[in-house]
Amino acid sequence: MLSISNLSITFTQYNQGLRRKHLHVITDLSLDVQAGEVVAVVGSSGSGKSLLAHTLLGILPTNAEYTGTLLFQGQPLTQKRCERLRGRAIALVPQSVAYLDPLMKVGHQVQRVAQLNGVSPAAARTLTHQTFQRYDLATNTQRRYPFQLSGGMARRVLVSTAVVTQADLVIADEPTPGLHPDVVREALTHLRELAEAGRGVILITHDIEAALQIADRIAVFYAGTTVEIAAAQDFSTGRLRHPYTQALWRSLPKNDFIPLPGNQPNPEQLPEGCLFSDRCPWVTPECTANRPALRQINNGWVRCIHA
Amino acid sequence: MRLNPIVRFAGSKLLRLGLLLLAVALFTFVLLSLSPIDPIQAYVGADMMLISPEQQELIAQRWGLDQPFLARLWDWLGQLLQGNLGISMVFNQPVIEVLANRFQASLQMLAIAWLISGILGLLLGIASGALEGSWIDRAIRLYAYTLASSPTFWVALLLLIVFSVSLKVTPICCAAPPGVLTEDVTIWQHLHHLLLPALTLSIIGIANITLHTRQKLIEVLHSDYVLFAQAQGERLWGIVRHHGFRNILLPALTLQFASLSELFGGSVLVEQVFAYPGLGEATVQAALRSDVPLLVGIVFFSALFVYIGNTIADLSYPIIDPRIRLGGNLEP
Ligand code: SF4
Repeated sequence: MLSISNLSITFTQYNQGLRRKHLHVITDLSLDVQAGEVVAVVGSSGSGKSLLAHTLLGILPTNAEYTGTLLFQGQPLTQKRCERLRGRAIALVPQSVAYLDPLMKVGHQVQRVAQLNGVSPAAARTLTHQTFQRYDLATNTQRRYPFQLSGGMARRVLVSTAVVTQADLVIADEPTPGLHPDVVREALTHLRELAEAGRGVILITHDIEAALQIADRIAVFYAGTTVEIAAAQDFSTGRLRHPYTQALWRSLPKNDFIPLPGNQPNPEQLPEGCLFSDRCPWVTPECTANRPALRQINNGWVRCIHA
Repeated sequence: MRLNPIVRFAGSKLLRLGLLLLAVALFTFVLLSLSPIDPIQAYVGADMMLISPEQQELIAQRWGLDQPFLARLWDWLGQLLQGNLGISMVFNQPVIEVLANRFQASLQMLAIAWLISGILGLLLGIASGALEGSWIDRAIRLYAYTLASSPTFWVALLLLIVFSVSLKVTPICCAAPPGVLTEDVTIWQHLHHLLLPALTLSIIGIANITLHTRQKLIEVLHSDYVLFAQAQGERLWGIVRHHGFRNILLPALTLQFASLSELFGGSVLVEQVFAYPGLGEATVQAALRSDVPLLVGIVFFSALFVYIGNTIADLSYPIIDPRIRLGGNLEP
């Protein structure tokens, strides 16, 4: 349904003296999503996860430019097409209530989303009502303002904004941070249900454990690129291909709990060749010669020459 | 139980108003006792030469001017409390009546100016903020900055020259055509005379409100919730209508009430230029002709007026903003 290949995003910044600076925030990113599956995009902050969502919705800041191929349902996803599709065929489930209008009642906001999908006001009201009921939100929740919602209610309202659309692709941006484990589980279940209903879901998160609970496949981001795309079971069966993914897996509390030393490279000073070369335990001189291409190994994809 | 905070709020506001007025009274009294204006001379005027020192003495005694400072102050405060502001020498009427008449005339002008500046300022600010960086935005900003930096009386004169002298579409002065009795003035004549002063006065407020609204709307347009609205497929004007308006209205309204004091101050100059018989014009006359009772009355009245404007501004937040009105409590 969605196929992204070699997406690169550059930000143009002007610093003092009007010197132009190009920041390569995303490099050669590739990903595809099928209908009915949950693909998790996992990476630490600054790996370009949210920018991916913004690109798909055509809401990148004006100083950003991208190259690469974006195909949605077989057609190129141009800015024009993005503007036509967003909210209708592609929906976003935002991070937190900060993405809701603070002075508008939440029921009204969900209704508005439905109306933007071409539903009549009366039908939008019914649809909102049904959706709130489905998520066990009391009727009076509709009359609340975002600041009056508890964490769990907020999650359910936010997911409602996607449910009332007919979107084929739902992008959930960091739906779990700072929430009670029960609420996290519930939020993830709701996303899984969307996939069961035949939609494609992209779950953007830094929480690999949350991703493993519901995702079919997991794309691991590092420094603005996909280093590996693996099936969820590859993690538990130890069939991970990329040294970064393996390090990420080992750093989990339930595994060895060994953090990977070092930091993600700054987009201003990306290393030569492989973007992970400055932290990689397997690094050899060949690694810094060229950017490794994404290769298919064991039904998964990896960007490493030694995998 | 619900009313409690509001009652408390009103109570504290009233108490503060009382203290403010008392401070104003003390300050005015001290200032005037120290001023070189001799009350008897101010009252008698040019006929001073015809009055013998004994007669002056008599007047001073009758007025209590020979009493010590504190006794005079006490006496005066007592009269104030009974609502007696004295008699205006210029108008030969009780100060209260002068205030009432003049304020009625000013109020119409202020109200029109206030509405025009509020509505126009809001519209210009929205257009300019929504189209940030476009030539429309630049034109509106240029206009606003120019207005903000030109003196009121100068703008007033300019408009008077253009509309009344050159184009002859508006009258050159006053609140009614000359030679027409007050009760014969039609509402249209009245509005006709009101138009240019009110317009001039509104211009003072527009720049401020435009620039403020623009700034606030730009802030809103860069917020996360507008980003999400875009992701829902909302277009620019939909965003302005559904989210922008809602979120800029509250600060704009507050600013609008707070701007009452500015308008009130501006009306002194505007009324002077257009010879419009309002409170501002009376202020200038009272000052020029040492009409102390009227001056004191006006000082009191303006303190009250500005205070009310600011109080409404303060009140508008808790009443309109649900985040404050409903607090954090989750009641159905
Ligand atoms: S290409 Fe080299 S540096 Fe990069 S991940 Fe593979 S082994 Fe490490």
